[in-house]
Amino acid sequence: MSAAVRVFVPRDSAALAVGADEVAAALQAEAARRGLSIEIVRNGSRGLFWLETLVEVATPAGRVAYGPVMPEDVPSLLDAGLLSGGAHPLHQGLTEAIPFLARQERLSFRRMGVTDPLSLADYEALEGWAGLRAALALDGATIVQQVLDSGLRGRGGAAFPTGIKWKTVLAAEASQKYIACNADEGDSGSYADRMVMEGDPYMLIEGMVIAGLAVGATRGYVYIRSEYPQAIAVMNEAIARATAAGFLGENVCGSGRAFTLEVRKGAGSYVCGEETAMLESLEGKRGVVRAKPPLPAIEGLFGKPTVINNVLSFAAVPLVLSRGPAFYRDYGVGRSRGTLPFQLAGNIKQGGLVEKAFGLSLRELLIDFGGGTASGRPIKAVQVGGPLGSYLPESQWDLPLDYEAYAAAGAVLGHGGIVVHDDTADMAKLARYAMEFCAIESCGKCTPCRIGSTRGVEVIDRIRGNQNREQQVTLLRDLCDTMTHGSLCAMGGMTPFPVLSALNHYPQDFGLAESEAAKP
Amino acid sequence: MNPPIELQVREVLASQPVQDGALLPLLHAIQERLGHVPPEAVPVLAEYLNLSRAEVHGVVSYYHFFRTTPPGRHVVQVCRAEACQARGAESLMAHAEKALGCAVHATRADGAVTLEPVYCLGLCASSPAIQIDDKLHARMTPARFDQLTKGLL
Repeated sequence: MSAAVRVFVPRDSAALAVGADEVAAALQAEAARRGLSIEIVRNGSRGLFWLETLVEVATPAGRVAYGPVMPEDVPSLLDAGLLSGGAHPLHQGLTEAIPFLARQERLSFRRMGVTDPLSLADYEALEGWAGLRAALALDGATIVQQVLDSGLRGRGGAAFPTGIKWKTVLAAEASQKYIACNADEGDSGSYADRMVMEGDPYMLIEGMVIAGLAVGATRGYVYIRSEYPQAIAVMNEAIARATAAGFLGENVCGSGRAFTLEVRKGAGSYVCGEETAMLESLEGKRGVVRAKPPLPAIEGLFGKPTVINNVLSFAAVPLVLSRGPAFYRDYGVGRSRGTLPFQLAGNIKQGGLVEKAFGLSLRELLIDFGGGTASGRPIKAVQVGGPLGSYLPESQWDLPLDYEAYAAAGAVLGHGGIVVHDDTADMAKLARYAMEFCAIESCGKCTPCRIGSTRGVEVIDRIRGNQNREQQVTLLRDLCDTMTHGSLCAMGGMTPFPVLSALNHYPQDFGLAESEAAKP
Repeated sequence: MNPPIELQVREVLASQPVQDGALLPLLHAIQERLGHVPPEAVPVLAEYLNLSRAEVHGVVSYYHFFRTTPPGRHVVQVCRAEACQARGAESLMAHAEKALGCAVHATRADGAVTLEPVYCLGLCASSPAIQIDDKLHARMTPARFDQLTKGLL
């Protein structure tokens, strides 16, 4: 009897949401009915979401992809010789050769969709734990130096050098230090953190253990938003397995060093993605932003020195340790080193995850990778960096995607989320939504954000209703100025980014003349 | 018959580990067991954690996820965030209100379903997205919405 053919059906939320479980069940049933021997592996997602459910078959030539597969496609796929990579309308060829994937520079995401996320053997076979093993041979200061030398900056959006943060915590004297992972990925258009947790959870665990070794912290928390139940379940299981295998616990890899890790579930508050609000939430309080200083690196969780990094920052660390900081630093441009997992979303034909070195242009992402809009209409506006990011018109699509170039243009890369809108979008309505979202999610601590957002909705309503329009536009700009300079955190401080970019680049949507465009 | 709410809350507390920053995990455990966080739970929690009732109430009311009244038998959440808006989330929400006979943020008079907005399910490349109870659904259309929800009413 021949060996079972390995068939991969993703278990990522975005695959489950389009019927991956049903596809797996149909494959199992139909193969059994035909007496075919298959082994279904539930892998992570490759991040080619327009092709989900993306079924892959292991063939001697490599893995062959079919997608998007619906349960009802299964009989015809098997008729066409799915198990030997046979021709079919859904046949996409060798997975690794699909241009969307082949053109990427996948460093952090190199295992994504390739492995069974919870298989320790799969992880180990593809460089898993190599960074941790390297780190165990080094002292804390040397690990910190390597992270500094890699040029890695905070991938949560603020782009603060990760190594500096770690250095501060390393230098702080305390009986207890903590590592906190910010997995409160609330930005619309962002799903890279979710993919890491669901699709390669040991990578995040490894990065956090390395951080613990570097700064002398023995406890870690992963704060995951409640909207991600699948990520919570996978992380909990991965932590249990990693602990049982000795990668976590009182004696990490037999080194005598301790590091324990725990998942904490958020509760539907966007502002808890702000690091100090997250700390409050972890402490069991309302997610209200803290004034800084003191920095969390000095007085963080429960008043102790705490490293807080985004999922993607921790995810980059194992590779920095295993291949050396120069390897990572050699990707990128200017002061933006390494890669960023960009996330194409919204009205885009080929939506998905694109990990590339900094420095490519938005146009390349939108057209070469994304293939334009899903609706087939022209792209009107692209919001980069989440709900607090600017809307970019076509004139800005050729800027290099790096932190400094974007900052100079009054925009942000944020967490790398890219939301595309076609020409039916009403930018005044989207500006109003930005203010409304801020009003819903403001923690309430500072006045410009708490009250300014509600006033902002009202002012935009008056502009749209043509009540004293010119005067109200002046008022809106003034309000945005107050929010930008007077808010305690990015929630109120950056809500003006989408609002003013919409006003400046699309004045006609606010009932203004084109000549109003790009006023200060 | 179920035991009184206060007793059920105490049972939940007894089943949970003692830990730092325990309030959120305990609230999650209570909501998981009871479907919501009833007002009767507040004094019990306050006493258990040595907090004031105001502090516990403040936390419960701060977070969107915690409910203080029971939801309908099914909960339908429609994502309203930008990536879903770019693919018609607003008209989908309007359709949902009509199809379910229930306004957003409300529960149908017969208790069959609660309709809520949600701000990002992380399915932004396959928008618009919704969640029905524990199950996610992406690339949603009004026709598919009707198909998925007809059994709920």
